Amino acid sequence: MALDPTDVGKIAELARLEISEPELTSYVHSLTQILDLVGQMNAVDTAGISPMAHPSDSPLRLRQDIVTEQDRRQSFQEIAPATESGLYLVPKVIE
Amino acid sequence: MHRKTIVELQAALEAGQISSVELTQAFLDRIDHHQDLNAFITITAEAALEQARASDDRRDHEAPRPLEGIPIAHKDIFCTQGLITSCGSRMLANFVSPYDATVIQHFKAAGAIILGKTNMDEFAMGSSNETSFYGPVKNPWANQAVPGGSSGGSAAAVAAQLAPAATGTDTGGSIRQPAALCGITGLKPTYGRVSRYGMVAFASSLDQAGPMTHTAADAALLLNIMAGFDPKDSTSVDKPVPDYTATLNDGLKGLRVGLPKEYFGDGLAADVAQAIDASVETLKKLGANIVDISLPNSTLAVPCYYVLAPAEASSNLSRFDGVRYGYRAADYDDLNDMYRKTRSQGFGEEVKRRIMIGAYTLSAGYYDAYYLKAQQLRRLIADDFHTAFGQCDVILGPTTPTTAFDLGAKTDDPVSMYLNDIYTIPANLAGLPGMSIPAGLGEDGRPIGLQLIGNAFEEARLLNVAHQYQQATDHHKQTPEGY
Repeated sequence: MALDPTDVGKIAELARLEISEPELTSYVHSLTQILDLVGQMNAVDTAGISPMAHPSDSPLRLRQDIVTEQDRRQSFQEIAPATESGLYLVPKVIE
Repeated sequence: MHRKTIVELQAALEAGQISSVELTQAFLDRIDHHQDLNAFITITAEAALEQARASDDRRDHEAPRPLEGIPIAHKDIFCTQGLITSCGSRMLANFVSPYDATVIQHFKAAGAIILGKTNMDEFAMGSSNETSFYGPVKNPWANQAVPGGSSGGSAAAVAAQLAPAATGTDTGGSIRQPAALCGITGLKPTYGRVSRYGMVAFASSLDQAGPMTHTAADAALLLNIMAGFDPKDSTSVDKPVPDYTATLNDGLKGLRVGLPKEYFGDGLAADVAQAIDASVETLKKLGANIVDISLPNSTLAVPCYYVLAPAEASSNLSRFDGVRYGYRAADYDDLNDMYRKTRSQGFGEEVKRRIMIGAYTLSAGYYDAYYLKAQQLRRLIADDFHTAFGQCDVILGPTTPTTAFDLGAKTDDPVSMYLNDIYTIPANLAGLPGMSIPAGLGEDGRPIGLQLIGNAFEEARLLNVAHQYQQATDHHKQTPEGY
């Protein structure tokens, strides 16, 4: 499965990555190589095999719906790039 | 003192031959002296000595805790309150964790001292420690060689005796492969045995933490501390933890050791094959019976893994957006541009590559061909192990196809780098415990690792076999020249 620069540009956009022109060429090459490697999976017929998402097939645990965590807003926000009045600041998204 | 095992250090502390402060200082001096290895990202000298003083005081009037006063290094993937937890990435280079990972809490409660945080491949994505934002780690056995990865700093630190033990994590071989390449003992437990809480996530259905030590006996001691149910990890398994040291001395008579033919085929270097054959002979002398087995689908474990792990990574790493913690780009036009610039500048080349592979295989139109197919193959690989454990008690093979390769040898060819994990990845996919122990030196004088894989939750048996092997051999006592 060969990718072209347009494909890689699209993937980068999906992943919110900005890829420069020289990087693009190298990624087209290495991603194509990896998809070739991955393509070896087709050597095995897996029709009817139930997919395994997880090593422990048991269902996820449930717990009581009660508050167990303390409020640590301040210590969490101390490490944020930008906060104000307990809120995380990002560039304006609504005009 | 630095040549002693933890079991020996405990005895020396107990007998009053040395204090924790003296011991901690001795290792800090060694870390400082061997900074050229680049094994550490953060060295916590002052805090370590303070913890050691508190431990010595405590020992005077209270019964010692299981690892009282023993200094240990932690892979920089474990969140440690008040310390930088970088995960080897520029993205987290400024991240001071506001909490401790469960593994770290366990070590603190057991009385262990934190020497520092060890270098690693960025977000644990690599097999050579060369993807670290902090630069590669050197292998103490040959400074031009890689230490393996992703827990390369931990492996090099233990091999060079900068720490008596270290923690690591293993998603596709990241404990076992560097343990093999640096000539130490490393154990990846069963998925769910050790809590993942506070361990920066790479591929959540594969990640597992474990000990990296000189001996199996030390690994048992550390696993006793690390293992256990944790309600904070949704995939933690609520199963009693045995005393892993209790069965170390059991005999191996009648033990069925399975040799998978797929682990001895093309691509395995002759010197590695020879060392593994010699190990098989040693186990036979100890009373083990050898059984030929087959893991037919394990040959496709690497392709399967390179769909599943990047898919999970692309999802896990979407949290790094420059909003709540970590790196944020300096200049941007709008919110989307902030995301793009933050992630492009914060992540290194290999991490971006894996995120893109994951984004691609999960995208509309490709999901069935890649992700679903890989999950089906994962089932077949796990079923192979299930069949094999009907015929044998442990599986034995090489940890890696070759000894440590040179720095830079595989950096331009990601696929050849990925293939280094061909023997370690199957156990991750199946969620099974695996160990690497030293099995001698190759023609180039670099260490060879012997891998043992056990059935789910049979860590005690792996440790028993490894310990008996280490009683009969001295490969684990070899140290690199100059250390």
